Amino acid sequence: MSAIEAPVAPRRPPPLTRSSRPRTVGRLGTVLTVATLVVVSAVVLLPFVWMVSASFRTQGDLTGNPTTLWPATITFDNYVNIWQRIPFGRQLLNTVAFAGTVTAVSVLLDAMAAYALARFQFPGRGVIFVLIIVTLMLPIQVTFVPVYNLLADLGWINSLHGLVIPRVADAFGIFFLRQAFLSVPVELEDAARIDGASEWRIFFRVMLPLTGPALLTVALFNLLANWNDLLWPLMVTTDPSMQTLPAGLALFKGEHVSDYGLLMAGALLALLPMVAVFLFVQRRFIEGIATTGLK
Amino acid sequence: MSAPQRLLPRRSERTITATLAGPRPVPRVRVLRRSSIQRRRTRTAAAFLAPASLVLGVFVLYPMLDALRASFTDARIIGPADWVGLANYAELLADDRFWNALWNTALYAVVTAPLSVAIALGLALMLNRAVPARLLFRAIIFFPFVTSLSLVSIAWAFLFDPQVGTAAAWLSQVGLPIGNGINDPQWAMPAVMLVGIWRNIGFFMVMFLAGLQSIPRELKEAAAVDGAAGFRHFRTMTWPLLANTTMFVVVIAAIFAFQAFDQMYVMTGGGPFFSTETLVMYIYDTGFEQYRTGYASAVSWALVLVVLTISIGQLWYFRKRAVQY
Repeated sequence: MSAIEAPVAPRRPPPLTRSSRPRTVGRLGTVLTVATLVVVSAVVLLPFVWMVSASFRTQGDLTGNPTTLWPATITFDNYVNIWQRIPFGRQLLNTVAFAGTVTAVSVLLDAMAAYALARFQFPGRGVIFVLIIVTLMLPIQVTFVPVYNLLADLGWINSLHGLVIPRVADAFGIFFLRQAFLSVPVELEDAARIDGASEWRIFFRVMLPLTGPALLTVALFNLLANWNDLLWPLMVTTDPSMQTLPAGLALFKGEHVSDYGLLMAGALLALLPMVAVFLFVQRRFIEGIATTGLK
Repeated sequence: MSAPQRLLPRRSERTITATLAGPRPVPRVRVLRRSSIQRRRTRTAAAFLAPASLVLGVFVLYPMLDALRASFTDARIIGPADWVGLANYAELLADDRFWNALWNTALYAVVTAPLSVAIALGLALMLNRAVPARLLFRAIIFFPFVTSLSLVSIAWAFLFDPQVGTAAAWLSQVGLPIGNGINDPQWAMPAVMLVGIWRNIGFFMVMFLAGLQSIPRELKEAAAVDGAAGFRHFRTMTWPLLANTTMFVVVIAAIFAFQAFDQMYVMTGGGPFFSTETLVMYIYDTGFEQYRTGYASAVSWALVLVVLTISIGQLWYFRKRAVQY
């Protein structure tokens, strides 16, 4: 919480300021800053505003009055038709199952690996850590063709487990959680160990609860990355009924370029769950990200 | 270095831990009968590591090496593959489409990475002050980062569409016609660049905000006492002390830029006339549209070389400028 909030609130003048140069920004400065921020925010929100507007407009209205964001008449047809034009319900379920499973499993597996790397000394630890850094730095795209071949050999193309299993551990999560475990005092585990707790018990009952915010950050990163991902589902699935929403809607756009309102209704429905998640944990998530970039 | 740490054999590991990962793990107290305890702890560690290692080994590390092997063959998606030595790489060097994709990738990176970092820093400096509605502005600017780039790219494509594009229509009303919008070779690249910047500035801004707030208050006050204000305060105090955050953000921005795919795929499909085809798009096209596995692997490894060279160059450059306070 404090990372972003605390230091800013008390903006009192420094105690020993030399009188010649007060370090206040001034009212004009504040007005200019707010004006800039309002303009930037408007540009940032423009595509979302357009999406909402277009999703309630008819095709004729959209092409006839391109300069306005305001619908001439409001229609709900787009929201009704999208469920028939593509297997929207099925793709929504696929997205939930894919992103949800990957998130839940990968947080657990990443945390386990991170705990071993942070707290155990064993032969080969250095090599494993270097390999994790390497997978973090190399562009993941280099793996795509061989992974596709591997999945094809296994018969996992167009299947949910084909989408999920290759994704259930990620180098970033391990790296990030290792940092979190390193910051937990060793005394806490040692106390539990003296009380006779097993390593698994220590991990689940002591370490995981103590690193809750870091786990939440990794979970949210995973949820967003997988829910929003385009290239991976595009690769692993060819059957529309196995696709996730980003892939399904992108392909639909490729085939029916001009169904603007319909596409926007679908895209908005696909965005909504992540928007809800964002609004719900916005502050903690932003602060969790912020700590990854610290010193 | 105490005794237990000497058990760790590799120098390379030590350097990486020290530079990338901050504090080393605390050395554990050893008791008698070390070997049996040590063996048991090794087994436990292996059990903790096994699932993630298996997944990363099978689906990340092995494919990376397999791509390297495949890049020396004429593999296609089906059928036998023959060893062709460096033929794919020779073809690459003579392939105009590869050079075009490399150029587009470099251009995209050179424009979007510095611009998005600069805009993010500017916004962070503004939001680090006591302005009204700070949290609201911060949330709005960060918001694109949580949305699906491919889905919002559909909206961006329509905004710049010559027929229904609201942004295109507005721009031509104020005397800035953008012709055929994203169907215009001249405007397609700027459009996908804009979307890339739009997507990432909030993420970078949040990191800069955290960096700004980790600057110790005493230093700020000392600078104020010395009479530093405005731009001079930024140049002599804030900017040098932000070096570590800036390094992190610049490296990430470059990696993001070299891996750009979504908005090109959705908005332009790499067109018009390949003007927005990046290396990742070219890999996707050769590998999954033309099914030329071997050649696509060679393009992938060309991308690896480019990204590694740039990342290592950046880390080397910034390492000398890292600050501690």
